[in-house]
Amino acid sequence: MRLRIEQRPEPSAQMRIAAPVIATALTFLAGSVLFAALGYDPLITLHAFFVAPLNSINGLSEWLLKASPLILIACGLAVGFRANIWNIGAEGQLIIGAIAACGVGLFYPNPESPLLLPLMFLAGTGAGMVWAAIPAFLRARMNTNEILVTLMLTYIATLLLSFLVHGPWRDPAGFNYPQTALLPPAAMFEPFDYAYRLNPSVFITAVAVVLMWLFADRSFLGYKMSVSGAAPLAARYAGFRESSAVWTGLLAGGAAAGIAGMAEVAGPLGQLSPQISPGYGFAAIIVAFIGRLNAFGIVLGGLLMSLLFLGGETVQMTLGLPAALTRIFQGVLLFFLLAADFFIYYRLRHIPEHA
Amino acid sequence: MIPRLELHNITKSYPGIVANEDISLSIQRGEVHAVLGENGAGKSTLMKIIYGAAQADSGEIYCDGKRIEAHNPAISRSLGIEMVYQHFALFESVSVVENIALAIKGVFDLDRLAAEIKTLSARYGMPIDPHRRVHDLSVGERQRVEIVRCLLQSPKLLILDEPTSVLTPQAVVKLFETLRQLASEGCSIVYISHKLDEVQELCDTATVLRNGRVTGVARPKETTSLELARMMVGSQLPEMHVSPSVPSEKPVLEVRGLSAPARDEYGTELTNISFDVHGGEIVGLAGVSGNGQAELIALLSGERTHSRSETILIGGRPSGHLGAGERRKLGMAFVPEERLGRGAVPPHCLWENALLTAHRTGLVRKGLVERGQARDFARRIIDRFKVKANGPQSSAQSLSGGNLQKFIVGRELTLEPKLLLVSQPTWGVDVGAAAFIRQTLVDLSRAGAAVLVVSEELDELFEICDRLLVISNGRVSPPLIRKQTNREEIGLLMTRVGHGEARRSEVALEN
Ligand SMILES: Nc1ncnc2c1ncn2[C@@H]1O[C@H](COP(=O)(O)OP(=O)(O)OP(=O)(O)O)[C@@H](O)[C@H]1O
Ligand SMILES: [Mg+2]
Repeated sequence: MRLRIEQRPEPSAQMRIAAPVIATALTFLAGSVLFAALGYDPLITLHAFFVAPLNSINGLSEWLLKASPLILIACGLAVGFRANIWNIGAEGQLIIGAIAACGVGLFYPNPESPLLLPLMFLAGTGAGMVWAAIPAFLRARMNTNEILVTLMLTYIATLLLSFLVHGPWRDPAGFNYPQTALLPPAAMFEPFDYAYRLNPSVFITAVAVVLMWLFADRSFLGYKMSVSGAAPLAARYAGFRESSAVWTGLLAGGAAAGIAGMAEVAGPLGQLSPQISPGYGFAAIIVAFIGRLNAFGIVLGGLLMSLLFLGGETVQMTLGLPAALTRIFQGVLLFFLLAADFFIYYRLRHIPEHA
Repeated sequence: MIPRLELHNITKSYPGIVANEDISLSIQRGEVHAVLGENGAGKSTLMKIIYGAAQADSGEIYCDGKRIEAHNPAISRSLGIEMVYQHFALFESVSVVENIALAIKGVFDLDRLAAEIKTLSARYGMPIDPHRRVHDLSVGERQRVEIVRCLLQSPKLLILDEPTSVLTPQAVVKLFETLRQLASEGCSIVYISHKLDEVQELCDTATVLRNGRVTGVARPKETTSLELARMMVGSQLPEMHVSPSVPSEKPVLEVRGLSAPARDEYGTELTNISFDVHGGEIVGLAGVSGNGQAELIALLSGERTHSRSETILIGGRPSGHLGAGERRKLGMAFVPEERLGRGAVPPHCLWENALLTAHRTGLVRKGLVERGQARDFARRIIDRFKVKANGPQSSAQSLSGGNLQKFIVGRELTLEPKLLLVSQPTWGVDVGAAAFIRQTLVDLSRAGAAVLVVSEELDELFEICDRLLVISNGRVSPPLIRKQTNREEIGLLMTRVGHGEARRSEVALEN
């Protein structure tokens, strides 16, 4: 017997549902082997990874709190990815959004104004879009590669943040720590309950998910973007401008990341410091792909990614697993998830040997 | 004698359709065998099964008396089976010689291969420059590459799926000489074409398919083309009605001194092109593919814009600088020669592909797609143009070549344009549907629209056009009245060496 890979006549609907389940099962299997080989009890480790973090209300609050920016940014990025516009600089757009929002929060003349939060929202959105507009302009006008430009702008944003918190924006009363003063209460989302950190900014994410669904599944703009992605010559034939796909794709990602940045400073952080994101902007790229660029999938992908973040921390703290091991485990899960997708479009066939 | 190829009871179904049902046939050494049938009859599917590019659900294939079990294209090539696909299977981003090298087994020497391609292709009357990138080739040129690739391998069984659909008459004559030569050396040939005169000229035997089943066998040389057509279509062919044209007073499309540099070193430069197309008439643009048609049509359709707006006027409005969308707003519609990837988005379904150019007809409201309306629109095209498809939900790439062509032509015609540009309107379309499309073009023009048809098929142009232009080396001849000219005159203009200038690759190779 021989095995051969061949394309399915049409994508398999059963595999579409089965793929994530199979991938999860394989990950648990591979993870168990890995943990056991290194002397950790697999069951306890898996429990600590996936169950323990969600065992408390605080755990659930943290889970949603971390999933929210991932989902929000992934929704924005997916708009561009559908048209093969590769914005991988959401991390930078998030940082710039956070800087702009925090700037408004700190320096607005009336720190008690109810307008403060909406203004910060606008500032964060605008700044993220401006940061994404640079690669959009360069690509639309000079055909530069947006992958490189967005990535490099991320470094610039990181350094700008570092400069601000070490220099002009450093809190004079902050014992020389590289961080800004705390934002006034009117510039912060009020948590649902002061015992936990989850705050109403999750509603912004919910709106983004609905918008993303509308955009991708129902809007003409989304249709045009998917034509640009699937067949650029057909887009040109129909008269859909390539530049408008570039602008829409990048600006959507920039806006989403900028809002996520704003929600971080106005939420759990309350101030700027050199590290304001644990890599949400990069992880969101993976979330977008696990979610197959559609709104519902992105929600699941974001929840999973957030759980992996939390679970990784839990096993490090409670079981003393090395950080590298948790990363390997996370990588294995993502690997299986994306690899299982292959079987939606392809199948293995047994072939009898030559007679 | 053991036949070269035998098929026993081949059956293959796709979701919702049986593409091949219980097909058996056998082909002897040196036999030229035609497979005939309407669009969607299952011809290409059967060929892909023979070549191993698709797997039959059941049935057996024997080559030289030996059963082929695990089948795939590599096995075919090792058995000496070669195939020219209807939708070419070339790698876009590499050159012709690299493409051909990829299909050859064993070690190869690129320079030697290039030289071989050059001489061989010239000898076969299909000159190609081995160093050009496939990306830049027109469909006619791509077809030559595919054919030359197969001929280079000296095959035992050659499968040609509509090889002449975009070849010039001269190249077809040369190709037939070559094929006859091959056949006399023992090579068997399976030949698919919708052009029945070719089949009669070339083929010894024919199998007719309808709805995936064998419905008849014939000896084309002893059968009239009318009979063959009836076997294929199963009903009478419609007759063409070409009423006299009443051209509008003012031209709908005016081209005034249009010049444009070549897109790259292999493109054709357009030099001082001027012509008019009036409402109510069909103007044909004849010429050997690669003489500037692609450049001209891209400039006319707005896929490429021109810095001087007054070189192209649509309805009297300077439009050279307008993009494709803006020109469509002026009432233009366009059928391009590539249907997959340009005229249609392959993975999208038919209603989405209807939206591609029909979105102005109320299919989009407040920025949202009216799916129901788009589906109805697609369904109307499917019904009116008898597109064989599962429905508006089938993807464009699952349609047979001719059916997708019918869909795209149908979509553009349904837009009721004031100006219609068409490249190769009946490429790969069966005789019945071709007659229908031609009739619809004539009707559209008689209803007042201006129609410009670009085609390499002179017969088609002579059948429907009122005036003819000839493009050669980036220059367009003054218009000829169809009734006052003949094929010889046009043929001469098509191959004329452009105004004392040395012609580019094409003719340099031809001489
Ligand atoms: N990949 C596919 N998925 C689904 N249906 C398919 C697929 N390929 C072909 N078909 C269907 O099978 C039928 C036969 O198609 P095929 O391409 O063999 O027709 P054909 O005889 O070559 O037609 P044409 O003359 O138009 O090229 C068509 O109805 C087509 O829609
Ligand atoms: Mg076919």
